[in-house]
Amino acid sequence: MSTHLWTPPQRQGADELDESWYARSLPRFATGYFLLGAVVVAALLHLILGVGVVLAILAAWVLFVVALSITSRFVEGGRKSRDRLATSLVCSAFLIALVPLATLLYEVVSKGASVLSAQFFTYSMRNVIGEGGGIYHALMGTLIVTALTALMSIPIGILTAIYLVEYGNGRLAMAITFLVDVMTGIPSIVAGLFAFALFAIFFGTGVRMGFAGSVALSLLMIPLVVRSCEEMLKLVPNELREAAYALGVPKWRTILKVVVPTAMAGIVTGITIATARIIGETAPLLIICGATDSTNLNPFSGRMMTLPVFIFDQYRNPGIPPQFYVDRAWGAALVLTMIVMVLNLAARLVSYYFSPKTKA
Amino acid sequence: MAKSIDVSDLDIFYGSFKAVEDVTIPLAARSVTAFIGPSGCGKSTFLRSLNRMHEVIPGARVEGKIVIDGRDLYDADVDPVEVRRQIGMVFQRPNPFPTMSIYENVLAGKKLNGKRMDKATADGVVERSLTGANLWNEVKDRLKKPGASLSGGQQQRLCIARAIAVEPEVLLMDEPCSALDPISTSAIEDLIHELKESYTIVIVTHNMQQAARVSETTAFFNLAGTGQPGRLIEYGPTTKIFSNPDNPATEAYISGRFG
Repeated sequence: MSTHLWTPPQRQGADELDESWYARSLPRFATGYFLLGAVVVAALLHLILGVGVVLAILAAWVLFVVALSITSRFVEGGRKSRDRLATSLVCSAFLIALVPLATLLYEVVSKGASVLSAQFFTYSMRNVIGEGGGIYHALMGTLIVTALTALMSIPIGILTAIYLVEYGNGRLAMAITFLVDVMTGIPSIVAGLFAFALFAIFFGTGVRMGFAGSVALSLLMIPLVVRSCEEMLKLVPNELREAAYALGVPKWRTILKVVVPTAMAGIVTGITIATARIIGETAPLLIICGATDSTNLNPFSGRMMTLPVFIFDQYRNPGIPPQFYVDRAWGAALVLTMIVMVLNLAARLVSYYFSPKTKA
Repeated sequence: MAKSIDVSDLDIFYGSFKAVEDVTIPLAARSVTAFIGPSGCGKSTFLRSLNRMHEVIPGARVEGKIVIDGRDLYDADVDPVEVRRQIGMVFQRPNPFPTMSIYENVLAGKKLNGKRMDKATADGVVERSLTGANLWNEVKDRLKKPGASLSGGQQQRLCIARAIAVEPEVLLMDEPCSALDPISTSAIEDLIHELKESYTIVIVTHNMQQAARVSETTAFFNLAGTGQPGRLIEYGPTTKIFSNPDNPATEAYISGRFG
């Protein structure tokens, strides 16, 4: 019996197959060159032909996208070309989304930064006409109203979320979910009117107080807290609950010591972002907290200034010359933006430090 | 410490669906009982009904009797939480608590129940449980590290340590090795051999060699078809089931002709 090794049949076009693994591609920085070209074209259009800036940028952008994908079509083929087209469109959308944020920050910082001073933070507007004065009363008002809002909304929101995720099934849970969804969509002015109507029952129609403002803001904050906490609690794997049950741990202790700690990072982040979201609310506070030039640290009596209302008030009722009032409005806007930014950064840090560690 | 369990005429339901029908089986103390059978035949469901974990699922219920120590687990005045304290469970996928360190994971059964213990007692429990789970030498220098930082096999042994730290009478294991590599599996099988000296062990497995290696008694579950409830076909000494089973279906299954 003769042995011979089996040799595979020579396949037709095997060389071509190997060839096809190597595709031609544009040089590494092709996108950069095309972008540079587009910028040059935009500059030429603007400087030589006198085309408007926006139109020139738009034309250059169209040129960039079209030229890049057509060149790629001929050099690299259809799939790479479509990839480059999609990549440029996605990146363009991102840049467009960034434009309002960047310009807003620039505007607020450039107009507000010059106003900030020790006096700006420590003086109220009492007896101030024209230059001087500060936001002390509004800053304290915002902090007090927001703290009270958080104090009311966080427990109610977290407990509602725990009910929905851990206990709720059937009609009641569905009804609560529906109502929370509806509450998420309540216009803030309606929340203000509700608080006004509610407190008018007890204190008469002229009522203005900081606490009523936090009641109005709570209506807006609770659904945000419920929603974010609910999502976070749902992310906790069921296996952890079962692991705790199997050790003979009662349900309430499992929730308190396993489920909530595991979801803590997300819960705290959600709460911080909800706080940042309501701290800039203006409409309800305008109705129920009112506006004042004096410092009022008692949330249960009398008008209380807050930063959003302060900004509105400085713009709405400027004195003569109006410049000082407009400057103060921008300064207050910058402070408010900074508070929101600090809250968001805090949320990031919190989620970093609270999240369960897996690395040794 | 270890106790035997007597199951009689047990039906298990998910809502109106009957998942397991008419199971009668004694589970001997200080020995290993293995449940084998094709997927969906109700092995895990039956296992979960042994420590009342089944009823955690909404709509799930049980009819019949599971008697341990002369008491029916499903008596109206029996607290499921107390039952689970005495009948520990190890799951298919290792599930250490991600917020806790290795040390805290072992003590979870006590700490989560609000028991206070001094440092020396706690250290003793941790060392004893981790040694019992064959993990002590690997982790003794990093007890403060998160439990999730261990490898899969180590995590599973950590979960076993956590289960035996509460000193249960019975240990239920639901495919404890199915997510592990052969070396970790062998480590856990060795561990099962040691643990059966002091615990009643019930293990669900898809690996028939494993059932043959670790168990004294084997029970074969099967189901007539999809939508039909699973049934206990036969049980007996492992050597008999694997060499000379009474039921032709058992023989077909263990010889690999189906399933």
